[in-house]
Amino acid sequence: MQEEEMEIMKKKAALALGYAFPKTIPVMVGYVFLGMAYGILMRVNGYGVFWALAMSLFVYAGSLQYMGVTLLTAAVHPIYAFFMGLMINARHLFYGISMLGKYRDLKRFKPYLIFALTDETFSVLCNEKTPRAIDREWVYLWVSVLDQFYWVLGSVLGSLVGSVITFNTKGLDFALTALFVVIFTDQWKSHRDHRPAMVGVVSSVACVMMFGSQGFLIPAMALILAGLSLWYWKNGGLKKGEHREVEENG
Amino acid sequence: MDNAAMHINGGVWIVAALAFATMITRFLPFLLFPAGREIPRYVEYLGKTLPYATIGLLVVYCLKDVQVAGTFHGLPEMIAVSVIVGLHWWKGNSLLSIGAGTVVYMALVQRVFV
Repeated sequence: MQEEEMEIMKKKAALALGYAFPKTIPVMVGYVFLGMAYGILMRVNGYGVFWALAMSLFVYAGSLQYMGVTLLTAAVHPIYAFFMGLMINARHLFYGISMLGKYRDLKRFKPYLIFALTDETFSVLCNEKTPRAIDREWVYLWVSVLDQFYWVLGSVLGSLVGSVITFNTKGLDFALTALFVVIFTDQWKSHRDHRPAMVGVVSSVACVMMFGSQGFLIPAMALILAGLSLWYWKNGGLKKGEHREVEENG
Repeated sequence: MDNAAMHINGGVWIVAALAFATMITRFLPFLLFPAGREIPRYVEYLGKTLPYATIGLLVVYCLKDVQVAGTFHGLPEMIAVSVIVGLHWWKGNSLLSIGAGTVVYMALVQRVFV
């Protein structure tokens, strides 16, 4: 019986891997490339492979890790680094709230899945509608594990052999922008109500123009929350069945 | 403590601080609304609308440093994004749209807009 269960689990895992891997290919391109750039940057600043590895394993947050190079070389106070981390990564709060429905009742892997919820993993999984025949928890795990593996691999490679690369990689990081644009398009096509998407874009563009590209993130989040809340209160709260069609369209 | 040891020590604390801060931002929603307790309707509403707004935010986040007033007026980005949206609207194949968009963008910034 025990062995039989193991076999079934292995089959489930393998099936989910075959389904999940193609979804992570754009992330692979972006993460290996940006991870390598990160490893090189760390090495140039005197932080070798173990530093890059530790950051990519335990912090695992792209833009903060880049910022972290500056924090390390400037030897800032850890408290300062802590608040910097909170501010730059505040957007993760939105991912968590968006994934509450999907992740709250998971039976397995939950702590890791929450830990590994980066911009890219979130964007791949927030639209994910796994077919019944495939175990969704394994799909979430594979996407999360593969993505972090790409990032760690890139950082280590960059740190060890980064300077060997000779072909022109300029613009390769656009793969991640392309990933977000594709997901935006998918959402636009599958969801009839375009107001939330418009609120996101318009608030962000307005805040980039008002606060500049360095300081726009927190004001943009506030404006998005305000915009969405306004609709909520105006319409007297969430009506039953509203915002449902996406899940059913699958 | 000599200089090298201080450097490593300080660095370890910075890494720890960054890891802790990141974990707070990722775990907080799940700690506030644990499984088995009902989610307030307002939060449920946010959970259903935020994904759309957030992906919009991420697209802008990626393009935030494009200089519209610069030499090329952000043309490489505009062209590449148009290719991606057009191709994706037409074929609906994510890998194709992302691959083609990235190649077009690389060609533009390496060969055309230099």
